[in-house]
Amino acid sequence: MTLLSVREVSKRFGGLQAVGGVSFDVARGSIKALIGPNGAGKTTLFNLISGFLPPDSGGIVFEGTPVQGMQPFEIAALGMSRTFQHIRLFPKMTVLENVMVGRHLHGRAGFLAGMLNLPFTWSEERRIREKSLEILELLGIADSARVEATSLAYGQQRVVELGRALACEPKLLLLDEPAAGLNMRETLEMGKLIGKVRNMGITVLLVEHDMSLVMTVSDEVVVLCYGEKIAEDLPLAIQKNPEVIRVYLGEVQ
Amino acid sequence: MRARYLPVAAFAGIIIAIQLTTHFTESAYHLTQLTMTAYYSLLVVGLCMLTGYAGQISIGHAGFFAIGGYLSAFLTTHNLVPHQGTAFVSLLKKAGLLAARPDLYGGEILNVHPWAACLAAILATVIIAYLIGGPVLKLKGHYLAMATLGFGVIIYRIALGTTLLGAADGISDVPGFPLASGVEITGKASMRVPNYYAAWGLVIAGMVLLLNLIHSRVGRALASIHGAEDAAEAMGIPAARYKLHTFVLSAVFASLAGVFLTHYNGGIGPSEASVMKSVRYVAIVAIGGMANLWGALSMSLVLNYFSLRGYFGSYDDAVFGAILILIMLFAPDGLLRRHLFDDMKRMFSGDADQEAP
Repeated sequence: MTLLSVREVSKRFGGLQAVGGVSFDVARGSIKALIGPNGAGKTTLFNLISGFLPPDSGGIVFEGTPVQGMQPFEIAALGMSRTFQHIRLFPKMTVLENVMVGRHLHGRAGFLAGMLNLPFTWSEERRIREKSLEILELLGIADSARVEATSLAYGQQRVVELGRALACEPKLLLLDEPAAGLNMRETLEMGKLIGKVRNMGITVLLVEHDMSLVMTVSDEVVVLCYGEKIAEDLPLAIQKNPEVIRVYLGEVQ
Repeated sequence: MRARYLPVAAFAGIIIAIQLTTHFTESAYHLTQLTMTAYYSLLVVGLCMLTGYAGQISIGHAGFFAIGGYLSAFLTTHNLVPHQGTAFVSLLKKAGLLAARPDLYGGEILNVHPWAACLAAILATVIIAYLIGGPVLKLKGHYLAMATLGFGVIIYRIALGTTLLGAADGISDVPGFPLASGVEITGKASMRVPNYYAAWGLVIAGMVLLLNLIHSRVGRALASIHGAEDAAEAMGIPAARYKLHTFVLSAVFASLAGVFLTHYNGGIGPSEASVMKSVRYVAIVAIGGMANLWGALSMSLVLNYFSLRGYFGSYDDAVFGAILILIMLFAPDGLLRRHLFDDMKRMFSGDADQEAP
């Protein structure tokens, strides 16, 4: 069962073909990794999928709905949430509040209901708070709930961002370099958390440089180079793929 | 009783205490400027919501104040007797939207009823704010400031250049705004105390609405847009729509302030629409601590009152310009910012080098 289907997607920035005709599918319940050398177009592809950039051509179909050209918030409402390569937590808000923003789509109190503090918003707020605490509990950062999120250690901030994305209860979770800047122990922890996410029934698409993480968590790997897909296979096969070895390590003369 | 309403009660206490003080010191004339201060404060807290919480600057809010003030002034003073024969006027009359009153010479003049005029002014404000805010809020930072400034200038020039709106003289002889039996919003000395309470009651009601909003799902979404707009969008928050709604909300606060202050003063002039007024409101929000409704409200109370009492003399506008410069230079988070006490504690406990949280 395909959850996300990327079809011949291209994006050009001036003279640079950032993504050129890339196609792949993400099966429901799987973990797929996008790897490639720096500048391969991985983050651009993520931005195209999540609506932060419109593709020049090609189609992106999420659960049967074509989403290319839709706004990020519309795509999020369909059940896709993401994290950012450079952590984008909300400053001046606590860890709990950050995660509560992730519950936005699961509430319906608008401007008028908020201003008038209508009774239905009370229980809604309580549910948002409880669910958010539950997620913090699950990720093991409930102790930091009342701490200002941006004051946490870097590794912890990554976990908060993951929690915020999980709070959306997405069908598809896009993780942009979840282990960037993490030490070995934290990377290992992140790998375990990603496994937990899969066990919750959430499909994961991740961009990652840390090969040990990619090889342990992912079911399938897509390799990009200069904006083009050069390989798509199981992790073990990717490790032996001569083309992949060539782009990563350079040619043997 | 939620914690957020405790300051509201305390503020209401202060308002009552001020009135009692003027009563016992026989200086009730202060209430006139304090009532005017209340209406300006209504605009200021609305602007604070937009600037501090939604993170959008507007240097054109005097424009919305003027739209409310001028529209209600025009509708409640423009004599409809010559048009009485037309179908539209007779329809308004049948709907009870018109009010007749005697003019200076004993004749009768027919105007739009203040309540209907107020509703029309608010409706016009909402439409204009949506039309202006839609394209303008796509801009950020300096560009947004420039665009809203441009809007303010346009409204000012329209007010100044339109004969129908009294041009440089503005509109006078605006009737009172009937609230309840016998009580109306008017500058008459006999109505000073009820007007003082009506005005501040309106401000307090506005504060309650805004405080509720800040602590709601929408308030949290606004804070997230302010903090990291792309991440907010990724969480499913339609940032542009939320910013636009907040812009319109703050415009309505400004417009309501314009409507009521015009009825209170019995008129409005183009200076109310001037850019310096807009700058003044931004300066008050800035010194109050940007994202601090109570800070903005208390600064508005003090500064507007001083200004209206004439303490700043002919340097009135210069004072607010200077405040803006000094705040931006030395306290960009405002004087009454949220972590003020923590920062002071740190300063005095000797580890001032530590980075603020």
